Amino acid sequence: MCLIRRFEEEAGRQYQRAKAGGFLHLAIGEEATIVGTTSAMRDDDYLIGTYRTHGHALARGTSADAVMAELFGRDTGTSGGRGGSMHIFDAGRRFMGGYGIVGGNLPLAAGLALASQYREEDVVTVCMFGDGASNTGNFGETMNLAALWKLPVVFLVENNQYGMGTALERHSAVTDLSQKAAGFGIEGERIDGMDVLEVRERVGRHIEEVREKGRPSLVETFTYRYRGHSAADPEVYRDKSEVEEWREKDPIESFIKVCTDDGVLSEEDVEAARREADRTVEAAVEFADGSPEPSLDSLYEELYVVSETMGWYAVDERSPEPHRGELGEDAPEVARGLAESGAAHAEGEDAEQQSRPGVRD
Amino acid sequence: MSSGGNEIRMREALRDAMAEEMRRDENVFVMGEDVAVFQGAFKVTEGLLDEFGEKRVRDTPISENTIVGVGVGAAMAGLRPVVELMTVNFSLLALDQIVNHAAAIPYMFNGNVRVPMVIRMPGGGGHQLGPTHSHSFEALFLQIPGLLVACPTTPGDAKALLKASIRDENPVIFIEHESLYGIKGEVSEDPDHILRFGEAAIRREGADVTIVGILKMAHVAERAAEELSEKHGIEAEVIDPRTLRPLDLDTILESVKKTNRAVIVEEGWPHGGVGANLSTLITEQAFDWLDAPVQRVTGADVHMPYSRRMEQAAMPHEENVIEAVLAATQGAFDG
Repeated sequence: MCLIRRFEEEAGRQYQRAKAGGFLHLAIGEEATIVGTTSAMRDDDYLIGTYRTHGHALARGTSADAVMAELFGRDTGTSGGRGGSMHIFDAGRRFMGGYGIVGGNLPLAAGLALASQYREEDVVTVCMFGDGASNTGNFGETMNLAALWKLPVVFLVENNQYGMGTALERHSAVTDLSQKAAGFGIEGERIDGMDVLEVRERVGRHIEEVREKGRPSLVETFTYRYRGHSAADPEVYRDKSEVEEWREKDPIESFIKVCTDDGVLSEEDVEAARREADRTVEAAVEFADGSPEPSLDSLYEELYVVSETMGWYAVDERSPEPHRGELGEDAPEVARGLAESGAAHAEGEDAEQQSRPGVRD
Repeated sequence: MSSGGNEIRMREALRDAMAEEMRRDENVFVMGEDVAVFQGAFKVTEGLLDEFGEKRVRDTPISENTIVGVGVGAAMAGLRPVVELMTVNFSLLALDQIVNHAAAIPYMFNGNVRVPMVIRMPGGGGHQLGPTHSHSFEALFLQIPGLLVACPTTPGDAKALLKASIRDENPVIFIEHESLYGIKGEVSEDPDHILRFGEAAIRREGADVTIVGILKMAHVAERAAEELSEKHGIEAEVIDPRTLRPLDLDTILESVKKTNRAVIVEEGWPHGGVGANLSTLITEQAFDWLDAPVQRVTGADVHMPYSRRMEQAAMPHEENVIEAVLAATQGAFDG
């Protein structure tokens, strides 16, 4: 949790310094929900999340270096600089991605779970999404299909009480989101998302029950994000006092208090953990900053797998040259020239402005 | 569409392709609305439930976006789903999963995961199904990087191309035409016979004009070519691209460089259509060989009307193709 907190704070700072571009959604305040959940998962369980998943990847064991490098858009990032903050991915740790479309990850979770059921593996998929996603068509469609097919998925609503800037009671007819489970004949439970031990215990119980009984359940963790929806959010929709109130329930500080009160951790242990997080994050920034940009030659790579069923594809139809290429680096010269001259704009005076869309972030 | 003993219908060819690939690879499974018990709205999945059972032939709720998304997730985890969307029209409900997920995921995650799935969908007009059930969306899917787009026109091609699609590592949009399900044709019985993406077929050779026909329009173009030969002395070369992404542009360009004239026939809308795209490519890459502007024959720029008379008026026919060819040839072959 300390690492996630430090990572997110630093990510925000690097965003202000324009090292990270695009949108940046921070999970500060939601650490207990993340860590409580992942600590109850097996290594071979699948996790799939939203566009606010730096912490989820870290909690699954992805290196801070690779996540920070992805924010910096570097070749060494989890997605080689193609995904960015909203699209962190680490298949090796069964973190099956962050997704930029609200609710878009729910059907994918059902698909991952279907694969486990199909192969008769006792793997559970944990699908995390926000309160806003519980209003999408995908929520209803996927909950129904998963319940009907008895798929091993724990649907976990990280209810931070705002769908972007619209408060829960202004966006959902039912504000206890766990009740939405009833319409699909599955179990739903609301838990305190600020208490890492409760999350671990309760979500852990859901995971194991889903594993045993082979049918989905819905968990709602009631939590809060201290920062805006994204880094560019002026937060006109809530009072500062509300944020302060929730900070009193800080998941990290309250967990430290429990541990020190019980004598499990000493003040020194806590300080050591904080320093360790500091060092890891500092090193991650250094790593990301020192990492190379993606090669322009790779612009057209990984779009398709070329095989005996599909031997080639048109690399770029803007080019009047012969257009068959097996790899991006085989792109015709005109396409490569266009890529190079386009990339030069990344260095221009208006580059920073371009990387701050500001319309809906 | 020739007759003969060893012939089967298009729908049977598609079914056989799925059955053969399911026997070959236990990770292949079929899901969609009414594909199992009902055996497919167009009876394409007939018999599959009996042979493969509920696990591998799955009826789904009417939830198009989720059906496709479940396929994407299952493919990411190593299965090979063949998803049937009951018609092309309903694919609009699944566009988020098709575009933002199936097509984007391999690239957005830098090749660290693949989405080997097939999304089959029949479309096209001609059955008086009106504005919401008669679409041709080849152009829509053609535009999306990361997708392969197949549009087979004969039972033999359909079987070979669907088998290739199921074996391929990329997400495939497999467009079928409702009017072609009943046509008969020869199919290969070799279980390993596949048709690679990006290989056009020359349906009829000719030196005077190149006609490119998509889906049902490949057949319309062939019939128009016969009439052009008989009545106008014009020998048209008819090309069926069979896949639109990748597109075998080389075969088309080679033909255009021989005939110096091109006509593109599709059932879809004119604006931003397959023909608009192909016309641009031909103009960009074979301008010096063209003796006339490239002609396009498309469906009318309206929502498909229900009335039989109005519907037929909105669809391209042989006469439209002949008229376009005559415009392209500008009297060059008269008498």
